[in-house]
Parts: sequence; C-alpha cells; structure tokens
Amino acid sequence: MTDSRSSLLELTKARILLFVREPEAMFWVFAFPLLMALALGIAFRSRPPERVVAGVLDQPTAADVIRTLEQEDGIDVRLVPAGHAESMLRNGEVQLLVVAGEPPTYRFDPARAESRLARLVVHDALMKAAGRTEPWQPREDTVMVRGSRYIDWLLPGLLGMNIMGTGMWSISFGIVNARTRKELKLLLATPMRRTEYLASHMLGRLAFLVLEVFVLLAFGWLVFDVVSRGSLLVVVLISFVGAATFSGLGLLAGSRVQTIEGLSGLQNLAMVPMWILSGVFFSSSNFPEGAQPLIRALPLTALNDALRAVMIEGSSLAGVAPELGILAAWGVVGFVLALSWFRWH
Amino acid sequence: MRSAGLVKRYGNVVAVDGLSLEIYAGECFGLLGPNGAGKTTTIEILEGLTRPDAGDVEILGARWGVGGDRALRQRLGVQLQETRLAEKLTVEETLRIFRSFYTRGRSVDEVLAIVELEPKRRSHVGKLSGGQRQRLAIGCALVNQPDLLFLDEPTTGLDPQSRRQLWTLLAAFRRDGGTILLTTHYMDEAETLCDRVAIVDHGKVIALDSPRALIARLGAEHVIECTIADGDRPPSPDRLGQLPGVREARVENHGIVVIAEHVHLALPALLTTLDEQGATLSMLTTHHATLEDVFVSLTGRHLRET
Repeated sequence: MTDSRSSLLELTKARILLFVREPEAMFWVFAFPLLMALALGIAFRSRPPERVVAGVLDQPTAADVIRTLEQEDGIDVRLVPAGHAESMLRNGEVQLLVVAGEPPTYRFDPARAESRLARLVVHDALMKAAGRTEPWQPREDTVMVRGSRYIDWLLPGLLGMNIMGTGMWSISFGIVNARTRKELKLLLATPMRRTEYLASHMLGRLAFLVLEVFVLLAFGWLVFDVVSRGSLLVVVLISFVGAATFSGLGLLAGSRVQTIEGLSGLQNLAMVPMWILSGVFFSSSNFPEGAQPLIRALPLTALNDALRAVMIEGSSLAGVAPELGILAAWGVVGFVLALSWFRWH
Repeated sequence: MRSAGLVKRYGNVVAVDGLSLEIYAGECFGLLGPNGAGKTTTIEILEGLTRPDAGDVEILGARWGVGGDRALRQRLGVQLQETRLAEKLTVEETLRIFRSFYTRGRSVDEVLAIVELEPKRRSHVGKLSGGQRQRLAIGCALVNQPDLLFLDEPTTGLDPQSRRQLWTLLAAFRRDGGTILLTTHYMDEAETLCDRVAIVDHGKVIALDSPRALIARLGAEHVIECTIADGDRPPSPDRLGQLPGVREARVENHGIVVIAEHVHLALPALLTTLDEQGATLSMLTTHHATLEDVFVSLTGRHLRET
C-alpha cells in the first residue's frame, strides 16, 4: 500500500518542508552568515601598506626636516602648530612629532605600534639625509601569502559559528515548539517509535548542513577568493561531526523546557560565551594563559581550530583528531543526558 | 475496557479519586462533567499517557506498560484536547505522517473523504477554520481504523454547524462497529452521541447510566423555570414542593426551578401560588428535563458555572 511508507522518511520529509516554509529560519541559516562574512571581509580587507603620518612642530628651523621627510615615500608630513601638539598626538592625527634641533627630538607614545613604526621610518629618513652610509643593502623579496588575510581566518570561524547556531537551534526549536503545541503528546499516543522521531530531526538537520557548508564555502571562494589548503572532504566531515555534536547539545537544551522563551535563554547562556571565547572573530589566544585549557575544551573552539587547521594549514584528518575527539565527547554526553531527561509532555 | 479504583494526585490536588468504569465494545460512552472535574486526567490515564497513582486499566484485553504498548496503540485512535498540529504542513501531509505510524489502516484519500476535507487537502493546517482543524485531528485518529476512539472535548469552541458535522462523522464511525469514549461538558452532546454517560464531579463518578435513565431518575420529565420581579418575595421551596404534579422545587434568589411530572397540573398551581404571594412573573419557560438538570439536582451547581 502506498500510504504505509516508512515513518522515518515521512517525519524527515516533514522536518525539511517545515524548514523550507519558514522564511525566517532560511534567512538565519543561509543569508545571515553570508552577510556577516561580506561585512567583515570588506571591513578588514587587505590594504596597501599603511603610510606613516609624521608631524613636525611649526618653527623656522623645521624647514630642512620637512623637506627631507616629504621626499621620502610612505611618509605623510603634517605641520603642527605649537599649541596643538598634545591634542594631535593624543587623537592619533599624527603618530609622531618631530621637533627640529641639534639633535631633533621625537615625541611619541611607545605603547602605540603605529607610533613605534613611525619613529623607525622617520629616523631612517633623517639619518640617511644626514649622510649615514649603509654597510650593505639587503635584497627584498616581497610576497603575498595566500591564507594570511583576515577573511581567510574569519571564514572557518563563521562556518563553525553557523554550525553551532543552527545545530543548537534547529532541533530544539522544532521539539520545544511541538511540545508547546502538545503535538509531542499526541505523537506519543500513536505507535510511532520515539527514536525515529528524534532521528528525523537529526536527518533534517544534516540535510541542510550540506547546503549550508557549501553556500558559505562557495561564497568565500567567489567573493574573497578564500580557498582551503586541505581537503574539502575533510572540511565537510568535520562539519558533520560538529553538526551532530551541537544537535546533541541543542537536544539537551530542549529536552525539558516548556516554552520557546525558556529555550532562548538557555541557548544564549550556552552560545554567547563561545562566540566570545572560541575564536570566531578574533583569536582566543588574546585571553590569559590560565584560561586556555578551558577555552580549548569548548566544543566551538575545537570545531573552529579543526576547520582552520585544515583550511589554512592544510592539515589532514589525522591532524585534527584531538579536536574531533573533543567534539565527539561533547556530542555523546549531550545526547545521553538529553535522552535521559527528555520530556514528551 | 475496564478501569478500577483510578487515583491521580497533582501535589495536594486529587484530580481523579477512585474512579471505576466499564465500557463495552461498540458503545459510545461519555464522561460528562464541569471543567476541572478530572475528565481529561481520566481519559489520559486510559490512553496510557498519564500513569495513575493507583488503580488498574485494561483495554482490549491488554494493559499499559507491560511491553505491548505499541501493539495496543495500533488499535486505538486518540484526539487530545487543544492539540495544535504543525501549521505549515498541509492537511494531506499531516495525515500521511500519521498514517505512516500504523501497519494497517485506511488510505489518506479515504480519511480525507470521511472527514470531508478533500477540498482542503493542499491547504496549510494554519489556514483551516476551527471546525476543519478539529475534523483533521479526528482524521488523524481515524487513519488506522481504530477499534476504540478516545475524544477529549471534541467540539469545545466550535460553532453549531461544525459540531453537528462532527456528530454525523462519529455516528458513522459507530455504525462501522467502533467504540468511542468521549469527554464533554455539553449535555446535549452527551445526550445525542452517548449510549451511556458517567457524570463526573471532583474526580468521582456520581451517576452512571444511559442519558434517558439518568433523566428518568429525576422522576419527572419536565422542568419549569421562572423568575419573579425584583422586590417580590418568592414562596418557600417546601410550599412549592407540595403543589400537585411537582416532584422537586428549588429557589435561587428570584429564580424558581420546578421539576414536574405533569406540567398541566403543576403550572396552574404554581401560578396560583405566586398570585397569592403577590409576586409578579418576569419570565417563564418550560422544557424537557436534560442531563444538565440531572447534574444540578445531583450537585446543586450548573455544569458551566464551576
């Protein structure tokens, strides 16, 4: 009989249809990470080498210094009126102030990297003009290293963040929503296998994962020329493990809560710290050494590290085994706890 | 189906208090009672969704929680109170999912025909009217051609036409030999659909019989209700009870309810009494006694007001 098809198939089909018919969900899963990548990729795109902005205190003896610096490539010279020196330095309008004299004085804040750079460049120019001879000239071999740009680093992080967000949300939202509507209870009154119901949520999730990974990677490649040095197959495999892990954690978050609001709070509690700590937008090495073991144990850190190792450094599957191990551990614990706490009513 | 001594407590509240029922194959059995009487808890215990604190349930020769639950569920149809199905699935998709849970049963097309939703087969559930949604819910309960159908407040909140449409559908299910257990707080629904009715109050069965027999217990078939004008003093219930043809009388503020064996004797006597008392009538009606009157006579309360 045509109507008695597998319930796993029917339930999975329903998950996919429900997702496709929810334009908002589509936006957050597909469009949002692309917009984020676009905005950040443009904001932090690679620029030509920064120019040094050097100020020279406006006084009659400054003429030589000004002429010398203006002849030098890569230095913008600003004449600084006496009363404005402090404020212009403070606001960063000039990175360094030269006061002409015998010898000249450099005023700058050594805590600012751009000021230290300005000191080196200005000093070099003035010394050359003063007749310094170089013992030797190095040969310069300038290269553009692929994979060293911010967008190359950012894209795997966005992929990881997206896998976490949609993994945590998609399953738990569907389940909590069905619980709120008492649909779970009604399903319980049928001979449906409970494992099939939960499995259908997983399968529905994984079906979209493939598309989600593909869309973000294709976008990175087409718009920013981001390519993976390692195998794309490994990237997809890591994404699968990550998606399964976060589905387990999402299921855990949704195993008992009765309302979408309750779920939302729980999800934020879990996800916001990881957005900050796990190196999505900036490297987690910025946090103190003592916090590193904890940060490295977070599932999103493991996922991001694994994705970056493959995409940026060309690591093999074996190379990311420790990260995959951390992910799998989180996933298994999540599922086991979720299933033992799960409430159908 | 048989249940004995069911008890369910929620904290300090006793929702079901030693409830015993026996329901025979092929009958339509109603649990009638006000909201909060324990009807839903009782039906969910019988459906195997809620575990009783005490008592025993036997359904179609089986029991819950001894390993045969899924086989038993193959033979049951369940509609729950206030369940909302996924709004973005179509009627047909929804039925197809429910059909896939059962090893035998009707085709989706047959069910669509039974619940008269063929024109809506491709509509999203969210776009259906209340009556259509309720028919879909019952359609989901009918996909497996159940031997026993559980309905919890199937027509609450529906307009009269939708209610009648549902009643027709349920009558057809019974003609095919199906058994129904339903809860309702509508006495007319119980009278129309049910062979036997258990009146439930505070988690207990306070009366159980066919609707006709329950009404007959009042000992009279007619009810006279009247209201006297403000400021007039009504006669005492005792005095009214003595009137010819009157079985029982109650006085509530300015309202008088008289249960009468013979309206042609009771009514003139009532009017004469009121006249002697100097009370002016502002309203007078008579009707055949209903289950509502039975409930009021048993508990002193109306079904709706509790």
